[in-house]
Amino acid sequence: MRRPMRYRLAVLGAAVLVAAAGCTSTAPEEGDDGPAGSGTGQQSSFFVQADYDRQIAQRDTAPTGPADQPWMQAINPQLVDTAKHKKSGRHTICFSNAAVNNPWRVVGWTTMQAEAKLHPEIATLTAVDAEGKDDKQISDIDGLLASKKCSALIVSPNTTAALTPAVEKACQANLPVIVFDRGVNTTCPVTFIHPIGGYAFGATAAEFLTSKVKKDGKILALRILPGVDVLETRWSAAKVIFDKSDVDVVGVEFTDGDAAKVKTIVNDYLERYGSIDGVWMDAGATSVAAAEAFEDAGQQVPAITGEDQQDFLRLWQDKKLTAVAPTYPTYQWRTPIIAALDILAGKQVPKEWVLPQPTITQDNLSRYLLPQLPPLHYALCGCEQMPGFPQNWGGNQ
Amino acid sequence: MTTTAGPPAAPGAQPSAVPRGEPAGPRARRLLRAVPPIWLVLAAVILLIAWRNPTFVEPAPFLAFLRRCAPLAVLAAGQVFVIIAGEFDLSVGALVTAVVVVAARLSDGDAAHTWWLIPLLLAAGALVGLVNGLVTTRLRVPSFIATLGMLLVLSGAVFLWSGGAPRGSLADNFRQFGRFGVELPGLGQLPYAVLTLTAVGIGLWLLLSHSRFGHQVYAAGGNPQAAALSGVDVRRVRTAAFVISGLSAVVAGILLGGFTGVTAEAGAGYEFQAIAAVVLGGAVLGGGRGSVGASVAGALTLQSVFTLLNLLGLAKSLRDAVQGLIIIGAAAYAAHRLRRSG
Repeated sequence: MRRPMRYRLAVLGAAVLVAAAGCTSTAPEEGDDGPAGSGTGQQSSFFVQADYDRQIAQRDTAPTGPADQPWMQAINPQLVDTAKHKKSGRHTICFSNAAVNNPWRVVGWTTMQAEAKLHPEIATLTAVDAEGKDDKQISDIDGLLASKKCSALIVSPNTTAALTPAVEKACQANLPVIVFDRGVNTTCPVTFIHPIGGYAFGATAAEFLTSKVKKDGKILALRILPGVDVLETRWSAAKVIFDKSDVDVVGVEFTDGDAAKVKTIVNDYLERYGSIDGVWMDAGATSVAAAEAFEDAGQQVPAITGEDQQDFLRLWQDKKLTAVAPTYPTYQWRTPIIAALDILAGKQVPKEWVLPQPTITQDNLSRYLLPQLPPLHYALCGCEQMPGFPQNWGGNQ
Repeated sequence: MTTTAGPPAAPGAQPSAVPRGEPAGPRARRLLRAVPPIWLVLAAVILLIAWRNPTFVEPAPFLAFLRRCAPLAVLAAGQVFVIIAGEFDLSVGALVTAVVVVAARLSDGDAAHTWWLIPLLLAAGALVGLVNGLVTTRLRVPSFIATLGMLLVLSGAVFLWSGGAPRGSLADNFRQFGRFGVELPGLGQLPYAVLTLTAVGIGLWLLLSHSRFGHQVYAAGGNPQAAALSGVDVRRVRTAAFVISGLSAVVAGILLGGFTGVTAEAGAGYEFQAIAAVVLGGAVLGGGRGSVGASVAGALTLQSVFTLLNLLGLAKSLRDAVQGLIIIGAAAYAAHRLRRSG
């Protein structure tokens, strides 16, 4: 009986392990309407109060520049002189791209190429795709510098810390460097272009829910994954708003951005709590899956947040959802080309070029619905008037 | 052989001859031992879930659970043929993604296209399996590399064709297989996905455990030389196993696309989950051992572990670690049991 004993012990051990793991982290059991939520947990180590305050204020600041071209606008710009970079003739604009690995970057990259075609003073746009790898992007930038053909270098960094030395090196090569989307830990680039940011995104979504969900209403927060700065800021802002409000955050779950996992998690929460009154999403790509999980369970879709992707906007319109869509606009991919040409022409540009970050609400929803475009298209591309629209963005004429 | 123990859905259990007239205790234990161990692990996990959340075992939530297991279970039921035949199929995840993206683009949400779309996808899946099989058996490329190459070819082709962002959408009558079901009075909805899984599971079980071809699959993986000497065309059997895996990936893709809608990474990671499910079900990498029923049970176990850890509210990092421990523990337990009974 030596062997059976051993495997019985092993099974017992596994069971104990699972049970123990369960005991150490179960939520405080209290309250009258089922198990209490896990709350919002600890504040993220990425949270910076001053940045949060600034972004919250920037949401209400009127930007300078043409109102119908938000990619030309800037919030509180501090202009810098660029005369030393002035250069005549036609230019080669070089671009080190972090990746083209998700629909957001696909829309952005298509838009940037279209923008470059609008300017006859650009001879070529030389782009290198780092495929989401820091080491590849570092060597990409080295390669672009070594070629000595670039009039200006645009960088969309894969990660902040790892790309900082490469960007510093490019600054020393005596050509104007433009950084956009994610930042770097140096002020050496001529300009850094980005929308207001993640705190504004997360707070706008959370404020909508706290205004629509009744007192003690149950909110489920779905996040893609932890530890990524742009996503941590979104959640940490939402946490601040939820903690100040009277709603009950019953769960904060990571989904890996996987639609099947999102449906599974929502379904599990519906079984556990009977109903959920609001869903907060840190990105909109799986908002449709979350909404469908309620439909499949035979329930009304509660107040939900998304982003400016067409599939979500269509569902919102068709099913008359209570929804809001903060955005991280893809039109920011137009701005670096414009900035590069301004710099090469010796015109002043903002040191930090903060673009407005519109929110799609029930009132302006119809403006952003583009039936001829594919389901994963991001509405705020600012590309509707560009040549090749909509077919270059995958749409039908 | 006087009794064949185990539920009918648990084929591949080593049938044990139980002499009559034995005392009840050892006999029950022996019967229990004849059940593939993964079913016991699955039952234990489901009991744990039911302990934390009694509604889970009510008909409607349980059917919903089976519905979301169905794509992985179908994938595992196909993958087990390849594993038993002594090979790997790493291309299934990319094939699932391709099915979802291609179906969305070709049909563009038009319900009238579904009737020809599904046969077309199945044919394409069979073709992918055939190529995997021929490259492995005729060109003698190890299947690990051949199907890894197919994975890259498929995901690259899908990316190129869709430009990185899928276009079109899936029609409602295409999505119904993964999303909706037949209304049963009193029980709620019996999902089409569960019906599909049952049909595919029984069909593949009959094929593997009750047909000449099935025996040849075991023989081709267990001892290819002996199989060849006794007249089995090992290359053809292995190629057929890849075709079955390709077809099951298409079915899984249809179910998954129906469940989630169009995404660019629908099948990401599914190849490893399918292999994990098959191994949990007692199959041996290298061939000759495994069963359809136990592979389906392995898939259900993987999903139920995910549900359980979710229910316990563990932190993500702890959850991954515990999930890994449970998988290793279950596989070790299964292997241990197999050694004893084998």
